[in-house]
Amino acid sequence: MNASDRNEGNYRTPLKRVRGLGSAKEGIHHFVIQRMTAVALVPLVLWVIWLSLRLLHADYAQARALVHDPVNATLLLAFVIALFWHAQLGVQVVIEDYVHTRWLEVTAQVLVKFFCIAGALASAFAIVRVALV
Amino acid sequence: MPQSARPLSPHLGIYRWQLTMTLSIVHRATGIALVVGTLLVLAGLFALAAGPEAYAKIQTFCASPFGIFLLIGWTWSLCFHLCNGIRHLAWDTGWGYEIPRAYATGWAVVVLSVVLTALIWSCVFMRGGAA
Repeated sequence: MNASDRNEGNYRTPLKRVRGLGSAKEGIHHFVIQRMTAVALVPLVLWVIWLSLRLLHADYAQARALVHDPVNATLLLAFVIALFWHAQLGVQVVIEDYVHTRWLEVTAQVLVKFFCIAGALASAFAIVRVALV
Repeated sequence: MPQSARPLSPHLGIYRWQLTMTLSIVHRATGIALVVGTLLVLAGLFALAAGPEAYAKIQTFCASPFGIFLLIGWTWSLCFHLCNGIRHLAWDTGWGYEIPRAYATGWAVVVLSVVLTALIWSCVFMRGGAA
């Protein structure tokens, strides 16, 4: 603890130190979202497997009609959002565990976040395009 | 590379391989494989949005031997990660930590993931191919 910290202690509560660093209500955020996306993905994955099997013998027009269906398009949107969110959270933990060089870790985390957000946006764009056109 | 000279705890080398640790590692490995697999989900959706020619290319790729190899690998990865993920969710409720139960659910996950994969691909092949 340096001199400025001690001075701050005179008129700032310990809450200032805790916020954003752990148990100030957000410490379990990662854990909870990872589980919630996992729970959502259980039925969604089973449904996507079924949809993929239906796509097997569909020609282009039939495949497009399947994804054009409002219920299927909505479920697909939910699937890709949960999928890329869950993927980001999972890969984040793997990087935290195995990449110990700080600049590499930060770079990897940022790249994974960019990839997952871009993936979710791009697939959502494609689904909406098929659903609306 | 560790950046400090602090001593490390005993690592993989000193432990005999066990089912539980293997499944834990495979859960991560299949997770990574599935992240790579999202590229095919993206490609498929984009091809569908782009037009018949692009969609035909994806169909041809999926029906090729390398495409089928990848798809079977991803199917098993998905089934394993799904089954073992449900095992993890059960643990999160506090259920199943006893050693015999952890092994029983572990073997159940291994068997179920293979059975599910076989079931899905028998559907594919009985309906006459992967495209």
